[in-house]
Amino acid sequence: MIVDCDIHNAPVSETALHAYLPEAWRRRRSAGGRLAPEVEASRETLGDRSYLGSEYPRATPRAARTDAWPPDGSPPASNLPFLREQLLDRYDIEYGVLTPMLGAGEQLDLESGAALASAINDWQAAEWLDPEPRLRASINVAYEDGELSAREIARCADDPRFVQVLMLIRTAEPLGRRKYWPLFRAAAERGLPVGVHYGGWGRGPLTGTGFPSFYLEDQVGMATAFQDQLTSLVFEGVFEEIPELRIVLIEGGVAWLAPLMWRMDRAFELLGSEAPKLDRRPSEVIREHVWLTTQPMDEPERTADLPVLFDHMGMDDRICFATDYPHWDFDSPERAIPRVLGEDRRRRIMRDNAHALYRLGDG
Amino acid sequence: MIDCDVHAVVPDTSVLEPHLDDHWREVLTTTQFSGPTDQAHPPNLATSLGDFPAVDGAAPGTTLRSLQAQVLEPLGIETAILTCDYAVDSIRNPDAAAALASAVNDWLVAEWLDRDPRLRAALVVPIGQPAMAAVEVHRLGGHPGFVAAHLPVRSAMPYGNRGWWPLFDAITEHDLVAQLHFGGSPGLPPTASGWPSTWIEEHVDMASAFQSQLLSLVAEGTFDRYPGLRVALLEAGFAWLPAFLWRADKGWRGLRREVPWLRREPSAYVREHVRVGLQPVDGPPDAAQLAQVVDQLGAPEMLMFATDWPHRHPGGLGSVPDGLPDAAILSENARTHYRLP
Repeated sequence: MIVDCDIHNAPVSETALHAYLPEAWRRRRSAGGRLAPEVEASRETLGDRSYLGSEYPRATPRAARTDAWPPDGSPPASNLPFLREQLLDRYDIEYGVLTPMLGAGEQLDLESGAALASAINDWQAAEWLDPEPRLRASINVAYEDGELSAREIARCADDPRFVQVLMLIRTAEPLGRRKYWPLFRAAAERGLPVGVHYGGWGRGPLTGTGFPSFYLEDQVGMATAFQDQLTSLVFEGVFEEIPELRIVLIEGGVAWLAPLMWRMDRAFELLGSEAPKLDRRPSEVIREHVWLTTQPMDEPERTADLPVLFDHMGMDDRICFATDYPHWDFDSPERAIPRVLGEDRRRRIMRDNAHALYRLGDG
Repeated sequence: MIDCDVHAVVPDTSVLEPHLDDHWREVLTTTQFSGPTDQAHPPNLATSLGDFPAVDGAAPGTTLRSLQAQVLEPLGIETAILTCDYAVDSIRNPDAAAALASAVNDWLVAEWLDRDPRLRAALVVPIGQPAMAAVEVHRLGGHPGFVAAHLPVRSAMPYGNRGWWPLFDAITEHDLVAQLHFGGSPGLPPTASGWPSTWIEEHVDMASAFQSQLLSLVAEGTFDRYPGLRVALLEAGFAWLPAFLWRADKGWRGLRREVPWLRREPSAYVREHVRVGLQPVDGPPDAAQLAQVVDQLGAPEMLMFATDWPHRHPGGLGSVPDGLPDAAILSENARTHYRLP
C-alpha cells in the first residue's frame, strides 16, 4: 500500500469555483482583471493580481504529463474518475493528499486571496473528499496574512479529512519571520502539520544572484529556496516558540538536507550568538520537526550513494513518498524509490511515515 | 603549499589616495565618502575574527607584513593568492566604483605584489557595469601578478547571463580564473523569499548563491562559449556540491530541450571547469562521512587548499580535516588551475 503526499487537483475552470464564493467576491472575481480564457486555461493558478514578472516557458502545457489530460479535454487532475483510473487505482494508492496549486496564498489582495482559499477548501470537501474516501486535503490559506490564515484553519480543521495547512516555499518574507507565526500557531494547536510546497513567486528573483534565464534553473534552483527557508525557520527559533509545529517540505527533494544540516551546525558553533533562542544544534531541531517528500527523487550517479545519502540524513522516519501527479516530472510509485534502499526504508517511505505524519489511521 | 584564499584588507581610503586621480581625491575630501561600508564579514563576528594579533600596530590583513608573519612564514607557503573583497559593487555611482576598483588594484600591485614574489592576486572589478569591469580586466589582466578576477558570488544578475559576456571575453582573453567568492552587495535579497533577519542565516544561505551561479554558468552555455574558462569557488564550502550536481543532472535530463547547446550533463562541465577552496569545511564532522562526500564529488582534484586568513575557522589556521584523500589538495590542484609555475 502507498500513500501519495502530493496530488495537484484543479478545478475545470476558475468559474467552476464561483459556486463556493460569497456573492460579493463572485462579482469581484467575475469583473475586471480576469485573464483571457485561453491564458486562464494555460495556467494552473487562479486569481487576478499576484506577483508577476517571472515567467518561463515550461516543459509542457500546465507543466503536466501529456497523457494526464482527461478524455473530455478538461485540465489535468480536474476529473476525479480519470484521476482514479490514472493514479489511485493504477498504483493501488491507499491515501492521497491533495495539494491544489491555485494561488490563493499569492494574491496581492490578501482578502481576495482568503476568499479564494475558502472557496478552494469548500470545493475540495464537496467535490473530492465526499466522493472519494481515499483522498485527504490541504487547507489553502492566504498565508501572507497570519490572522486570515488562522481564521481559515479554524474554519476547516474540525473536518479530519483536512490533514495539513498548505503554503508555497517562495513566501514574501523568510518563513521564520514573525508574520507567519499566527499561521504556524493555529496549525500546531490543531495538530496539523504545515506543508510547504515547491513554487510561488516570492517578491523578486528566485536566487540571491538575480533572475535566472531558464525554466531549468527555476526548477532545479527551487531546491535553494527550500534550503534558505529551513535555515530561516531554525535560526529564527520558530520551533522553540511553537514546539508542536511540524513542517513538511513538499517537492523539494531530499539530497540537499544532510549537507545543509552540516553547514548549519558548523555555523551555529561559531555564530550561535546570532540565534539566541536556539539551545541545541540545528540538525537536532530539524530531525525533530521536519518531514520531506521525495519527488523529485534524487538520483545520485552511483545508485550506491543513495543509501549513503539516507545514512547521512538520519531521518528514515521522516521521508514520505509523493508522485506530484499530474505534473511532467511525476515520480512513479513503481520506479522512483530504488530497491537499493532496502525493504524497511522503502516501506517507511512509501507508506508508514506519511501515516504517522498525517495520522491517517486515526481519522 | 599553495594558499588560494588569503585576504588583503583595505584599512581605509587613505591607502587608496595615492592611486586616485585629482578628481576622485577631491571627491573623497569634499564628501568625506569613506568607501564601501558593506562587508562580506562584519568585523566583530566570530567568523571574521581570527585569533590573530595586530602586527606592528596594523590589523591582520591590512599589511603585507601581517600576511608574511602570520601565514607565509609559519606555514611555509609557496604561493598565496590575495583576495580583496572591497565592496565596490555596493557603490551605485559607476564611475566611483570603477575608480576605487582601479585604485585597489594599483594598491595591490604597489604594496603587495611588487614586494613579495610569493604573492598573486585577484583583480577587483566594478561588476555593477560589466563593460566597465571588462575595461579594468583589460587594463591590468596582463600583469603577471594577477591570476584571477574577483566576482562576488552575489551579483544582481547571474554570471551566466549574456550581459556578462564582455567581462568573460576579457577574463578569458587574459587567461584569468573567474573567482566566485563569498559575499556581494547587489542590493537584492539573498533568498527566494526576501531578507533573512540574521547574519548567520545569510552566512548559511551563501551556499544557495553558489548553487545558483554554477547552474547559471552551465545552463547558459558559458563553458561552451568559453571552453578554456576556469572558475574557482572560494569560501563556498563544498559539501553541498554532490547533491547539487545530482539535482542539476536530473533537471537537465528532463529539460535539456530548453538548453540544446549543452553537450554534456551539468556535472561534467562543473568537474572540468570548477575548483573549490577548502575553507570553510562545511562537511560532516565524522571523517569517514567526509571521505564519502569527497568521493561523491567525483573529482578529488576539485579541492584546493586555502586558509581564508584572517578569518576564523575551527581547527585553526591551515588545518586540513581528516577524511581528505589527496596530497594534491595542498598545492598541485591550485598550481594546475591557476597555472602557477
